[in-house]
Amino acid sequence: MRTMALGASPGRDASILGRWWRTVDQGTLWAAGGLFLIGMVLGLAASPPLAAKNGLPHFHYVTRQAFFGVLCFATIVTLSMATPRQLRRLSALAFGAGFAAVLLLPFYGTDFGKGAVRWVSLGFLSVQPSEFLKPVFAVFAAWLLSASAHPNGPPGALLSLLVTAAVAATLALQPDFGQATLIVATWGMMYFVAGAPILLLIGLGGLVIGAGVVAYGASSHFASRIDSYLLSDAEPLTQIGYATDAIVTGGLFGVGVGEGTVKWSLPDAHTDFIIAVAAEEYGLALCLLIIVLYLAIVGRSVLRLLREEDMFIRLAGVGLAAQFGMQAIVNMGVAIRLFPAKGMTLPLISYGGSSLVATGLTLGMLLALTRRRARSEGQL
Amino acid sequence: MTLRDPGTRDARIADRPEMGPEARPDARPGGRLPLTTPEPLAALLSGAAQRRREEETPSAQAEWRLALVAGVFAMGFLTVALRMASLALAEPVEPRSVDAGPVYAERAEIVDRAGRPLAMNLPAWSAYAHPHEMDAPGAAVGRIAAALPGLDEDALRERLTAGRRFAWIKRPVTPEERQTLHDLGLPGLYFGAREVRVYPAGRMAAHVLGGARAGEEGVRGAQVLGRAGVELQHDAALRDPAREGAPLRLSIDLRAQAALTETLEAARAATNASAVFATLMDVRTGAVAALVSLPDFDPNAPPSLADPDEASRMRVRPAQDVYEFGSVFKPFVAALALDRGVIGMNDMIDAKGPLVWGRHRFRDYYRMPDEMAISDVMAKSSNVATARVALAVGAAPYQAFLRDIGITEPSTLELPEAGLGAPKLPKRWSEVSTITVSFGYGVSTSQVHLAAAYAALVNGGFRVRPTLDPDAAPPGEEARVLSARASEHMREVLRAVVTRGSGRSADAPGYPVGGKTGTAEKLNRNGPGYDGERTLATFAGVFPIDDPAYVLVLSIDEGADTTGPKPRRTAGAIAAPAAGEAIRRLAPLLGLKPRFPDAAAGAAPGALLAANGG
Repeated sequence: MRTMALGASPGRDASILGRWWRTVDQGTLWAAGGLFLIGMVLGLAASPPLAAKNGLPHFHYVTRQAFFGVLCFATIVTLSMATPRQLRRLSALAFGAGFAAVLLLPFYGTDFGKGAVRWVSLGFLSVQPSEFLKPVFAVFAAWLLSASAHPNGPPGALLSLLVTAAVAATLALQPDFGQATLIVATWGMMYFVAGAPILLLIGLGGLVIGAGVVAYGASSHFASRIDSYLLSDAEPLTQIGYATDAIVTGGLFGVGVGEGTVKWSLPDAHTDFIIAVAAEEYGLALCLLIIVLYLAIVGRSVLRLLREEDMFIRLAGVGLAAQFGMQAIVNMGVAIRLFPAKGMTLPLISYGGSSLVATGLTLGMLLALTRRRARSEGQL
Repeated sequence: MTLRDPGTRDARIADRPEMGPEARPDARPGGRLPLTTPEPLAALLSGAAQRRREEETPSAQAEWRLALVAGVFAMGFLTVALRMASLALAEPVEPRSVDAGPVYAERAEIVDRAGRPLAMNLPAWSAYAHPHEMDAPGAAVGRIAAALPGLDEDALRERLTAGRRFAWIKRPVTPEERQTLHDLGLPGLYFGAREVRVYPAGRMAAHVLGGARAGEEGVRGAQVLGRAGVELQHDAALRDPAREGAPLRLSIDLRAQAALTETLEAARAATNASAVFATLMDVRTGAVAALVSLPDFDPNAPPSLADPDEASRMRVRPAQDVYEFGSVFKPFVAALALDRGVIGMNDMIDAKGPLVWGRHRFRDYYRMPDEMAISDVMAKSSNVATARVALAVGAAPYQAFLRDIGITEPSTLELPEAGLGAPKLPKRWSEVSTITVSFGYGVSTSQVHLAAAYAALVNGGFRVRPTLDPDAAPPGEEARVLSARASEHMREVLRAVVTRGSGRSADAPGYPVGGKTGTAEKLNRNGPGYDGERTLATFAGVFPIDDPAYVLVLSIDEGADTTGPKPRRTAGAIAAPAAGEAIRRLAPLLGLKPRFPDAAAGAAPGALLAANGG
């Protein structure tokens, strides 16, 4: 570790920041910073068309993104200093508040004309409560799961499953099937790490697929997204079609900074399809760099969790890392037609205050859990 | 679903014997059932359960699970990277063609036998909108309506503001209209290319062509389908891309069609007829050179089918409607009798009336000579004498002959409407039928049938089949229905009708005409019997009769010449003059050379001038 190279050992420096810096996973911090900077650079190219369309200053969205970036990293640093116990309590409270917010969305939310009520408009900014609910859900569910590991503990697995089902159902009704799937998958990963019987997981997988089929039949919103994914005939005029073409056009090193055209034809170029802008203007090289950075964050975190002995820390860490990684994979997978369009942002890169600050929440808690700490510190 | 709590140590250890009993320090026998005795939530939230937990380290099993999660993510990112690389390193291809509906092949043109265009395509546009892309669809309606006079503004407002994502504005629009709309600068307004079927000759041959209508319609094009006539008959062939735009050529001669139409319009005006229609057919091949039906319509603006009066304009009367044509049937039995030797050209036929058959008595309309040769029987149109010839021939040969010359068989003309004109025969063919049919009552056929049968009488005796194919070949010996000699005689007989009989006014200078008149009384509108006030006056003519080239059958329905003291409704008075005028105009157009065998060379031009002047 870097801290070892400096010849310092944990606990020698009494200053809080110094101790934080030595024990925190610096690799993940650097990777997150790198991803955010890439997002800023891409936003410089991708968002002016939208700003022009909405009659806003040229770099309106870039400025906002920078502001939220500061907020995001402040959240990361602050949260990463928390102890696991603090995190656990914070998450339990935040989950309650977040879930209530999502539940009440139909009464005060707005759909921005996009067909799904997901946002709360606060005037100068709009908040997507489900973005914040995701990370605190992971931590809260991890607590329930780990609690059941104790002989006298509560039936945590069952409780966590009920919570998961409630959250997923609420999100699916918005309808936001992407987030609902992510919630279920997060819980699945944590349950798996907690020692779930393999047969049960297979059964659950079947259930998710069955629910998908039902949703396809019952929801036109869902069906149209699946159809545009499955029916390649209708492809070129859809967002996915443009995105895939942009990747093909970009080639290895891209068409050049600012030379891309996809940002003009994709309404969601600055959010859901930012990877298409990256691929077109900077080529495969940048895309691979982005992938490596994501993999670094997920991989480092999981490997660090291997040394962790506490069940709660392990599960919460896995949940958060998995959420972060799955969101990245799904977002990029949509552009290359591995997944149907989900309306999921690319963490740290996509434009969007909710997404960015919520990612800060995820990474902050993840870093807090993966901090190296004395064995006694890990005790709750 | 039953859920087994993974934290229940008893179960886990039972599953994993390698962990040994020492791994279960204080497991209680018969661990709790999650559903029956849940821990109080308060205890859970306080973390009391955790604080009581044992100091056991995570198992090796959990480690492989964690490692597997890391591996899954590595695989996931690797898949994304590989897929992205395969896309990015693929050879860039031209953007695929947008799938916005099928692309329709251009409908083939239709031309007349000389290649003159009858139906062609003009490029035009369709205007449509994506209302959701418009700033204010409601406000745009007024501007669009102002740019397109005649557009129903309220209907457009309904379409644009109904919340749909697509709405037609107008189709087709002309290039000028498109420019006007484009200049409005409205967002969400689009244009799709399409073709418009146009008929440059307007009403000419409208019934043959039928017209077209829009079929399946996409943003990028629209299918043009046949609505009636040739357009419907050959719809698939016209749309077949394999044609590669080769036009469909018809036997119609546009100039003859126009001349005949004009003549018929004049005849209709002069006789105040409800309908006038005519068929011009090549006597050797049966190819129809002109087919006129008045009232007619403009296929560029086809009449509405909802209004019966308007819809009746689309009736293809010569092919679609069947009539009892009356005396024009008489030459058929004459031809058969001459062919079979039942009579000779000079045999005298008893014309004394009345002819009594059972309870029926047949007479002529006016006094006839007691006996006449067959050409006089035709020239004076004696029902009694014709009936005696028919009785002499016999019912069976007569029926067979009518079938052989195509009178009682379905028409072969390539028009969907021709299928409606199936001949109507007496339910039971009695001797009386033989008598009445011989002078044209009892069998209903279309005019096209009649023309084809007349062609067979004079073309040397070959049956022809009505067709619109310009390349139809003259039939060979296998189609013979009359001896050449009998056909020769028939030309004489038909010529006699024009030179000294009822068809006198049908003659045209330079083009000797032969033919037969027929004035059929129409059936009473209410009740049985025939109505003398309403006639179908027909002249079936052949020109030039000495070397037949064309047969023209012209019918005037419910017309009368009211210029004299008494209205005249007979074919000799109204149909024959119209046919003569038509032939005078048609023959030169059809490339026939005038001949004046009886006049001095110097007098011929004068005669022609006199004819033109009259």
